[in-house]
Amino acid sequence: MNDNQTTAAPVEGNALVPASGDGQVLPASLAAGPDTFENPGLPPHIHRAADIDPAAAKRAERQVATMFGISMLGALIFVVAYFAIRDEATFFLPGVGKTSTQNVVLGLSLGVSILFIGLGAVHWAKTLMSDEEVVEERHAQASSPEARADAVTVVSDGVESTGLTRRPVLKYSLGGALGLFALPLGLQIAGSLGPVTVGELKETLWDPENNGGKPIRLMRDPEMTPIKLEDVTNGSVFHVMPETLQHSIDERKHVLEGKAKAAVILIRLDPNDIKVQKARDWGVDGVVAYSKICTHVGCAVGLYEQQTHHLLCPCHQSTFDLTEDCKVIFGPAKRALPQLKITVDDEGYLVAPEGFAEAVGPSFWERKR
Amino acid sequence: MSATYQPRHASELRDGDRAAEQRQADQKPLGGIAGWVDDRTGAAKGTSHLLKKVFPDHWSFMLGEIAMYSMIVCLLTGVFLTFWFVPSASQVVYDGSYVPLQGIVVSDAYRSTLAISFDIRGGLLIRQIHHWAALIFVVAVFVHMARVFFTGAFRKPREINWVFGTILSLLAAIEGFAGYSLPDDLLSGTGIRAMNGFVQSAPVIGSYLSYFIFGGAFPGESIIPRLYSVHVLLIPAILVALFTAHILLVFVHKHTQYPGPGRTNNNVVGYPFMPVYIAKAGGFFFIVFGVIALVSAVVTINPIWAYGPYDPSPVTAGSQPDWYMGFADGALRLVPGWLEFESWGGFTWSMNIFPFSLILLPAMWTLIGVYPFVEKWVTGDNREHHLLDRPRNAPTRTAIGVAGIVMYAVLMFAAGNDLMAIKLHLSINDITNALRLLFFIGPPIAFWITKRICLSLQRADRQKVLHGRETGTIWRHADGRFEEIHAPLTPMERWPLVQHEVAEPFQLTHEVDANGVARPAARKDRLRAKFSHFYFRDRVPTVTPSELEAVHHAPEALEGHGKAHEEAREPEAIEPAGRP
Repeated sequence: MNDNQTTAAPVEGNALVPASGDGQVLPASLAAGPDTFENPGLPPHIHRAADIDPAAAKRAERQVATMFGISMLGALIFVVAYFAIRDEATFFLPGVGKTSTQNVVLGLSLGVSILFIGLGAVHWAKTLMSDEEVVEERHAQASSPEARADAVTVVSDGVESTGLTRRPVLKYSLGGALGLFALPLGLQIAGSLGPVTVGELKETLWDPENNGGKPIRLMRDPEMTPIKLEDVTNGSVFHVMPETLQHSIDERKHVLEGKAKAAVILIRLDPNDIKVQKARDWGVDGVVAYSKICTHVGCAVGLYEQQTHHLLCPCHQSTFDLTEDCKVIFGPAKRALPQLKITVDDEGYLVAPEGFAEAVGPSFWERKR
Repeated sequence: MSATYQPRHASELRDGDRAAEQRQADQKPLGGIAGWVDDRTGAAKGTSHLLKKVFPDHWSFMLGEIAMYSMIVCLLTGVFLTFWFVPSASQVVYDGSYVPLQGIVVSDAYRSTLAISFDIRGGLLIRQIHHWAALIFVVAVFVHMARVFFTGAFRKPREINWVFGTILSLLAAIEGFAGYSLPDDLLSGTGIRAMNGFVQSAPVIGSYLSYFIFGGAFPGESIIPRLYSVHVLLIPAILVALFTAHILLVFVHKHTQYPGPGRTNNNVVGYPFMPVYIAKAGGFFFIVFGVIALVSAVVTINPIWAYGPYDPSPVTAGSQPDWYMGFADGALRLVPGWLEFESWGGFTWSMNIFPFSLILLPAMWTLIGVYPFVEKWVTGDNREHHLLDRPRNAPTRTAIGVAGIVMYAVLMFAAGNDLMAIKLHLSINDITNALRLLFFIGPPIAFWITKRICLSLQRADRQKVLHGRETGTIWRHADGRFEEIHAPLTPMERWPLVQHEVAEPFQLTHEVDANGVARPAARKDRLRAKFSHFYFRDRVPTVTPSELEAVHHAPEALEGHGKAHEEAREPEAIEPAGRP
């Protein structure tokens, strides 16, 4: 018979039977009876060359020892190279390019010294160690019924001894204590991980109150120099930060946090190409400024296609159309990039008088509230 | 391991019973250090039991070993890296030996990673080994998982180990993400930026969650040290603990084996741990480590000096995460933006992000984790299985697996849609739309094709058993006819092709009980019968000895025999064997 089956398959619920069955709850192969092939048993053992030929065994021994020898050589080369090769040495490695000599030599020698231990050991096992197959019997995973009964007795006796079943006050008070003890720990970590000042998500360094209520100059990033209107030629792109960021830079505090919300891209188009009146009004002579933080998950939208006036986010390919007030025309973002209203101050520099009219960057639950 | 240990009652000691202790002292001890240890631990018994353990041989069993060993390489090199890496986001001016970045304000994490790469001798090598080992670790985990799935090794009694493995694979991916984010370079910083976007997209609590994780506004100075403690302490601790449990269960269950002559469900045929597997598996550790070192020597991975320090403003075209996070990134690229909406009250529901970022990973891994229980419910099979399935013999399972892989692959390729557009000079919009379509139609097509291939392979096995293997010898008959000679299989060759059982779908026999009242369980049974039908509707019966006998004696008799079975109905392509 086919001894691949340990036991008959018990089928739960007697309303289901194998399709070909006659109500008998058995898998087809067992129900079919003796008409199955018999396991022919383990094939005869075939001896390896090294088992029967001492010369082959000797050869295998030499091969293994050679591999271990190569490993030792690798380790020694590593030690020598560690001291002998200058840190800044480079060389040309075909297929890779100019690369650090030290890294390559150390890596190759380390790799060889480790790899050949492995190759030697495996070759040893495959040629010289016994390859007589061994059989181990399996036993059902479950404990014997006696052992199970014993375990149940131990547990129930123990529970009985604690009096948990007879003294409900103990049960409920223990449950309460165990239920509550995690609360202080949980509160500590949840409560202290960070501030709850999420209202900041709607603020940027462009808000005039960061500059005493005065308009904020647009500065080149990262030079932090102001931009004159006439500097912005048709089709040119400026990566812009607010003047107010200088304060953070000087103090080396919250620079990246400031940049993460304030990054702006400034582009000049032919005013006639801008199809939305508001977009034209918020710019100056076709110079428009938009938040550079993607409204999807917040990458910098910095790929500008001059011909089509499209802005593309390199992370998830949301595409914004500059001529249509940066509306999304493709990709996973939903909302247009917020526009920054700009004008020109007395000295001819571009300034932002009002800050953003809405929260910049990725969506969050309360952004419209 | 025979007798159950029975503790005696302590009062025996009060009676002055010292006999047991005396006996211990009289025994002749083992020699040397082993004896010293055994005197104190009694380890000899367990050791001999362990060393005699038998493991079956198969190349596919090495996949899990690759995962295990690359994890050990990660742990080892990771400890090295902690000696030089500074997990701090404080801003410093770079003054190391990499000239292009000198004088630039960077984070201490980035500065120290540059120091490891340029100023600490051999540091770059260790960093590269760490990164390559991590990549190989996750690949090996996933491929090992696929092997376990397709061979049905997750069946009873190994469901717990499947769940452990599922959790391990999720942790491996998260551990990798935390790790490659630590150097605080432009690429990984952009990854954290996106992660912040995912977190913010959570309904109601998103902004608070983001502020808690980052300790305030993004990026802040907390995320690097926090990711560091997650990467070097929290996840490795869970990984190592679960991995230990995973391996212990392999020992407890004894390894599965492929069907073959002499191999049954009740035995395991192979080689003992001592010495063969100590040499082979131990040697394999060195092979894995050595190959990783060789790759790290010549192929640069994650050249953070070329990316520059993280800054939220610069552009990073061609931003791809490490490969195992690719599918999640790809999912986000395929989702259309119109799924985001605002509800009454002015709340923003980012349904273009939230379900495909924060929910995607747990959902996907839950589906993987529950699969054994779903299949068990469908088959109703409560037996222990230690013999592996050949994937072709479980066509529906294999097809489900391939469909899942195709779905995963579509998402992973989607993460490279920009690179494909550039390299292939195609429109990124067309590529994205094509992948969107493929996400829906790819898996069903893959399912159907895989299932047909499996059934065809089974039919080929049947023909091989019935008519023997093709010898390549052509005979010319007296009447000018040519025929290829088929040699009958030996019992040894035949056994792997006929040993499996072919499950049949359940049928619902009655929907009402004996009194004619509708059974409450009927609906559940109906569903189960449907699933069972889905799984086992198409099947190829195994050859029985009487069938083989019939072919040998009267080849034409087979025609009628096969008609009973849906899949056996197709004409046999090869002429019956036999000498002219």
